[in-house]
Parts: sequence; C-alpha cells; structure tokens
Amino acid sequence: MLDKNGIAQRIAQEVHDGWYVNLGIGIPTLVANFIPEGMEVEFQSENGILGMGPFPFAGKEDADLINAGKQTITAMPGAAFFDSATSFAMIRGQHVQLTVLGAMEVAQNGDIANWKIPGKMVKGMGGAMDLVASAENIIVAMMHTNRAGESKLLPSCTLPLTGVGCVKRVVTNLAVLDIRDGAFHLVERAPGIEVDQIRAATAGKLVVPEVVPEMVIA
Amino acid sequence: MAINKVVTNEIEACKGVKNGMTLMLGGFGLCGIPERSIAELVRLNIVDLTCISNNAGVDDFGLGLLLQKRQIRKMISSYVGENDEFERQMLSGELEVDLIPQGSLAERCRAGGAGIPAFYTPAGYGTEVAEGKETREFNGKPHILESALTADFAFVKAWRGDTAGNLIYKATARNFNPMMAMAGKITVAEVEELVPEGELDPNQIHTPGIFVQRIFQGTGYEKRIEQRTVKTEKLSE
Repeated sequence: MLDKNGIAQRIAQEVHDGWYVNLGIGIPTLVANFIPEGMEVEFQSENGILGMGPFPFAGKEDADLINAGKQTITAMPGAAFFDSATSFAMIRGQHVQLTVLGAMEVAQNGDIANWKIPGKMVKGMGGAMDLVASAENIIVAMMHTNRAGESKLLPSCTLPLTGVGCVKRVVTNLAVLDIRDGAFHLVERAPGIEVDQIRAATAGKLVVPEVVPEMVIA
Repeated sequence: MAINKVVTNEIEACKGVKNGMTLMLGGFGLCGIPERSIAELVRLNIVDLTCISNNAGVDDFGLGLLLQKRQIRKMISSYVGENDEFERQMLSGELEVDLIPQGSLAERCRAGGAGIPAFYTPAGYGTEVAEGKETREFNGKPHILESALTADFAFVKAWRGDTAGNLIYKATARNFNPMMAMAGKITVAEVEELVPEGELDPNQIHTPGIFVQRIFQGTGYEKRIEQRTVKTEKLSE
C-alpha cells in the first residue's frame, strides 16, 4: 500500500518534460518533490505564479509569496507573477498540460466531487471547477477509501459535483485506474496489493485486465 | 500634470461607505489584503455589507474581523475553508453566501470593470453553480453564462503606488487586486510606499491610475502569514 508520498511519487511519473502543471492542495502538492533532476517542468499555482519553487529556508519567508494552499514558497529563476484573471486564462485556455487534484468522490463516468458536504462542511470550490472544466489531462490523487472505510470510487457521486465527466485517471494508495466507457479500468496495483483488495475497495464498476502489473516506484 | 488621487489615510479613504453597500476586497487568503481599509471598516461599524472577496480571512484577521462583528450580510467568494466563524454563520443561515468558481470570480470582476455584461465559461457546468443560469454549447462543449460584478467601493492593496494612482503589486500579492480595482465605482488603493508622479517606470505599471480614485500610504502592516512552511538545510539540494 502507498502512503501519501508514494501516491505523489507515482503521479510524478505522469509528468512530461516541457509541461506546465497545476498541483492542488494536499497530496498533489507533494508531486513536486519527485520530479526527476533535469526535467523541465514549471508549476503553476492559480493564485498567480508560474515557476513555483520549494518552501523557503526559515527566516526567508515572504508574506507576499505564497501558493494556492496559502503556504510560503519561493520563485524559481524564470518565474512569472500575474493576476487571477490571467491565471485562469492559462487554465481555461488549456495552456496548462496537467492538473492534479484531490477528491472526496470520483464516479465511474469521470464525475468528481470535492468541495462541499451539505449541512456539514462547506469550504468552497476555489479554482477546482475552473480546472476540471477545462483541463485536458486531469489526475485525481486520493485515498481509495474514506476514514469510515467506504469506497471513494463510486457508481455515481453522492456529494455535490465539482465537474462532470472530466477525470481520466485516479491514483490511490491501492491502485492506478483509468476512467473510460463508464468504468474504472485497473492499470496498476500498489506494491503488495492484490486485485481482490482493490475490487473490495471499489464500489463503482471495475474492469480488470488479465494481467495487472505492480507499480514500479523508484 | 497627472490627476492627484492622494488622501491622508484610511479614515479619509473610507468616507462615503454606507450600510448595505457592495464592497470588493482584494487578496488571496491573507496575501495582498487591504489591511488598513478593513481596520477602518471595522471601526466605522458599517453593517449589512455585501463583500466580494476570494476568501473570508481567518477568524481573527482579514475579513474575519468584519464577520466577528456581524457587519457582513452576504459574501461572494470561491473558498472559505480557513474560517470557523464563517462556516458557523453560513451553516446556521445568519450569513448569505454565494460560492463561485475562482476563475469565474476573477473574470466577473474583470468583466465588470471592462464593460462586458456577461460571458460564457465551461466552469461549473453540470454543478450547483449552473442552477438557474443560461447554458449554451460552443465547439461541442457546454458553457454557462456568468454576469459581471461591480461594487460601490473596491479596496485594493499594492506594493508601490504614485500620486496619480498608478499601482505596482509584489509577487503573489497581486491576485484579485487588479480586476477589483477596475470594477469599483470608487476604488481605494492602499500602498506600502507612495511616491510622487514620475517616479514609477510607466513600463512596469500593473494598474493604471484611471482605475483608482483614492490612494494612501498605509502604516503598520502586519502581513500575516497563514501557513508558514519552510525547508531545513538538510533537505535542500
């Protein structure tokens, strides 16, 4: 089974040289730590920076330089700052090649829910609705089940939607799955995880090929 | 000679703000918020406000200060997750909340300032956000119609400004400030450093002075950090 860093490490393998990438809050943020040395990738944070760098050293924090998770960050050489309208022009205009974000629920038709639990929790959608409505390449990073042990990969979402039919790939602590033709297609197993465990944790329709390779986490 | 927009301080800058008005406030989280103007709005105890701002501050800073005193009737935001008092007021129905996608919020402010009454966007199609909104297909993809936003007052924060109201923002403190500056009937800009006209390079201006009606140099900025994240020497390359 993968931990959060393991999920991030596996997703980092999906990143290509020369891509602009938007990473959501939580597990997605960790993906930046696993980009191979020498690969040219620029991270976009929707609050207004391209070329986001790692956290600053203690004492070098700048209140004016944060990411979308409100964390203090640094700017890489060649970085650019811009306003929120320009930032979402990059996103809506499909200039960003990959979006990685978290979710509470994903459905077998590619629907995603991650912003509200009616009557209980309302955080807001932030930039997630803009991101999922426009991005061509969306990967969801999340745990396969919630804290109560219930599957987060469902026949249809029960929570208010963030976007419809948009998620193409899900990477969880148990597996990599692709979404197409109204089903989850098992692509890889996490190290030490059997297909039956994935089947048991997936409430939505699951298509399992004859051979399911185990993930290679370097 | 350029038109002089300078007022002495936040007290003079906030003159004319009345109960029931719609205000825009720049900032993302606590980054780039108009701290001095918010402090004055709290002091004036103006109520029944509609506030358009990406976030709602935290419990004891930013717009959280106005929420504590129940000065806000309605919030228009995209993300409010860092404020317990906000969540409480919203779930209990004391506070009216319109949550909209962040890109749509930015563009609705920009459109308001740019004289565009509405626009189509794919964001929010098929979700609660689309309820009651016109939808239309372009290039085989469904979009929803979003309307422009304007405000009686827009409060923005910049790094440097000149007496003509030209503004330069610093790093990610720019965020919503430029669009909101455009969309305010009266736009109040507070800056960390106010310089005479001619001192800022015209090539580097982010918000041209035409969008700003009042400008002042703020003092005593706290610039609070919401999530202080650092790396240790050992983890660095």
